[in-house]
Amino acid sequence: MVRKIERDQNRFRQIVRGKIKADLKKYITHGEMIGKTGGELVSIPMPSIDLPEFRYGPKGSGGVGQGPGDVGQPIGRSGDGEEGAGQAGDSPGQHILEVELTMDELAEILGEELELPRIQPKGQANIIEEKDRYTGIRQAGPESLRHFKRTYKKALKRQIASNTYNPDDPIVIPVREDKLYRSWNPIYLPQTNAVVLYLMDVSGSMTDDQKEIVRIEAFWIDTWLRSQYDGVTTRYIIHDAGAKEVDEHTFYHTRESGGTRISSAYRLAHKIIEADHPPADWNIYVLHFSDGDNWGEDNRHCVELLRKGLLPKCNLFGYGQVESPYGSGEFIRELEDAFENEPNLALSEIRDKEGIYDSIKEFLGRGR
Amino acid sequence: MSFVSTQHDLPADLRALQVEIEEHARSFGLDFYDTIFEVLDYDELSEIAALGGFPTRYPHWRFGMEYEQLSKGYRYGLQKIYEMVINNDPCYAYLLRCNMPVDQKLVMAHVYGHNDFFKNNICFAPTNRKMMDEMANHGNRIRSFMERFGEETVENFIDSCLCLDSLIDIHSPFIKRRDAPNRYDFSNEADQTPPSDKFRSKDYMDSFVNPPEALKEAARQREAEHAKARRFPEQPERDILLFLLEHAPLNAWQQDVLAIIREEAYYFAPQGQTKIMNEGWASYWHSTMMTTRLLDGSELVDYADHHSGTMATQPGRLNPYKLGIELLRDIEERWDKGQFGPEYESCDDYETRRTWDTGAGLGRQKIFEVRRIHSDVTFIDTFLTPDFCRRHQMFSFRHNDQAELYEIESREFKKIKERLLFGLTNFGRPIIRIKDGNYRNRGELYLEQEYFGVDLKLDHAQDTLRHLHRLWTRPVQLETCVEGRPTLLSFDGTDHTIRPLGGQSHEPEHRDRRRA
Repeated sequence: MVRKIERDQNRFRQIVRGKIKADLKKYITHGEMIGKTGGELVSIPMPSIDLPEFRYGPKGSGGVGQGPGDVGQPIGRSGDGEEGAGQAGDSPGQHILEVELTMDELAEILGEELELPRIQPKGQANIIEEKDRYTGIRQAGPESLRHFKRTYKKALKRQIASNTYNPDDPIVIPVREDKLYRSWNPIYLPQTNAVVLYLMDVSGSMTDDQKEIVRIEAFWIDTWLRSQYDGVTTRYIIHDAGAKEVDEHTFYHTRESGGTRISSAYRLAHKIIEADHPPADWNIYVLHFSDGDNWGEDNRHCVELLRKGLLPKCNLFGYGQVESPYGSGEFIRELEDAFENEPNLALSEIRDKEGIYDSIKEFLGRGR
Repeated sequence: MSFVSTQHDLPADLRALQVEIEEHARSFGLDFYDTIFEVLDYDELSEIAALGGFPTRYPHWRFGMEYEQLSKGYRYGLQKIYEMVINNDPCYAYLLRCNMPVDQKLVMAHVYGHNDFFKNNICFAPTNRKMMDEMANHGNRIRSFMERFGEETVENFIDSCLCLDSLIDIHSPFIKRRDAPNRYDFSNEADQTPPSDKFRSKDYMDSFVNPPEALKEAARQREAEHAKARRFPEQPERDILLFLLEHAPLNAWQQDVLAIIREEAYYFAPQGQTKIMNEGWASYWHSTMMTTRLLDGSELVDYADHHSGTMATQPGRLNPYKLGIELLRDIEERWDKGQFGPEYESCDDYETRRTWDTGAGLGRQKIFEVRRIHSDVTFIDTFLTPDFCRRHQMFSFRHNDQAELYEIESREFKKIKERLLFGLTNFGRPIIRIKDGNYRNRGELYLEQEYFGVDLKLDHAQDTLRHLHRLWTRPVQLETCVEGRPTLLSFDGTDHTIRPLGGQSHEPEHRDRRRA
């Protein structure tokens, strides 16, 4: 039987989603969501969907409480939860409601708003992954999983019931049958895997503003890909004249001077794929961001590496050219000239933060 | 019962417990409707709690939001509902399946306290005891409107009604303020054919028999009379929902929806008026029954844990359970020892007062009387004493506008009582009346707030006016105070205006260009 509350819950979520959707472009552009991801949930501040009513504001209001303290002692900020018996009072800032969404829900909203087609993962053998979840309590188990509080509570109860508890000497000693343990259940998850390789030009002409754009765009691409695959691995490569693999933090915070040789990064990406991510088992995404200034001779190498090495192995190769204060380079034109209607090559020019929205659509709009 | 969607038979052990507890409750003199217990999973209980206790309630997103909050709060270990009781005949009560037997005992005893209160407290006398059926009926009507006029249209209209649902007159069930309007009175329409002022005359005599100036004058007089008759309401009215129901330009379905929202608001009002007493009464009885009759030695720790959890106070919060039970116990003790009446009141020797005990033994009798005739406001007003406030470390707090925080204001009895009563009056909501339904003779709606020195929350007030406008469809105004100065808030369908009133009315208008 469909429970009645489900309809109401869905309506509520629909309203929340509607509000988020209406503001999505703003959220995407400002990157305010990225700092807020804590594991699987993202918390979004949004205008309240409380129903308004005539009620008192905090000015001149007050109430009655209980407890120690002197006159003048603060007991809470305006708007700290509700007060006792129907007291009025909260601050203007209260109109904000934090709504929690799972990353999947967020991705779904993104997909709907940008009209992104769903990705068909490349067919391959499913790997089954096993995970443990702690869900219950058992009478037996390893000592390391003993539930301390429950055990002592049970012991206390037994001692009181059997009249061996002495309030003057309150010692509680659990015996064998008092002990309770946490228990777990294995959960099986089928896996289809994807790997995303982020490549970024860190030569002197890429400033912090450009990197911020890359960071925001990568966040949304990750969000979408994670909703389409059971497992997503991300790897990061930075390059100027040479390329190296780094961790995420280094990726966004490195600044080098010197020339640019894009082919070094393409070569390294190809090597990583060959070594760790055979295309038969992996869905491969390579996303490269640069301001497009390359060492002239190098362009030819890049085209070659793409044509022979990367494009045949990738689900999608995306190149995003971020405009920098020093102008933008020619690299994107070179690629446009070299490839025509390549189904798994996406090119996008990103002027500024406002451009992120359309750029995401160009990258992910192919459903690959 | 046809309504129960989740009906499970009560397991044998709980059934036996119910028989036992009901017996005890009766032997203490509690008097209640038949009680139907249901055992639910936490999810089911959250669902019913989100629906205000009524599984068959009309559909609305707000219940979904409530449900999300309840189930999340439980999952994160922030809160837990133990029980729900519905004021109905028979009384419905829900138990949580995974509770320990000791919790079930406590909850059942608590439920009989509530049930007795519902049946006997004066505030509940006018409530509909067949609300379970009525709510199902409301649900069906609203669902059928949704099918006919669109889910969103109906839900949006409900939103607007809900924004106004505290604008009822909680005393009206007891006081007849005016005659109910007669649905079948068509005299208004009959009036609309103007009586002829003309005398009969031949054509050529007409301008002499009926001079045009005199005719004009008569018409003007009739118009003025008519305008006077059109001034409504005759007295300012607090039941704004009723006024809208009678006078707002609503479709039949809208009228029905508004009537439903109003009826439910009146049904829930007494629960808001007696929160402290009702919870105090139920807690008093669960604790009395548990400690004297029901507890088994092995359950003591869990009982103490649960009971003290319910009674816990946090600094700066007032726990209605705690305040209620303590006040009732205080009354019981005072009436047992004869600490009342002129002789006691006039005694000012501390030691004599403290040890005063005439052995009157009237405590039980007194608290039964208290539960019958009081609401929270009169309960606090009559029985809160300086001794009690001191013993329970009560204080009043106020908002410090500079520091934007609440701080302890006073430990004086007078101040504490004043704050408490203000918070309880009209559920701590502002009192607002309709003053004029034909303001400026343009069919505009004019509301006024009874001002007690506390400002309205301005953004809320303006948003509420917007919803009011959706029902009235003509400009709406609210006379209130902003920072203590008389102010008129208006919404004309597009723009909000805030205008100082009275002495400053010549000041230029401050336009607040918030788009509709």
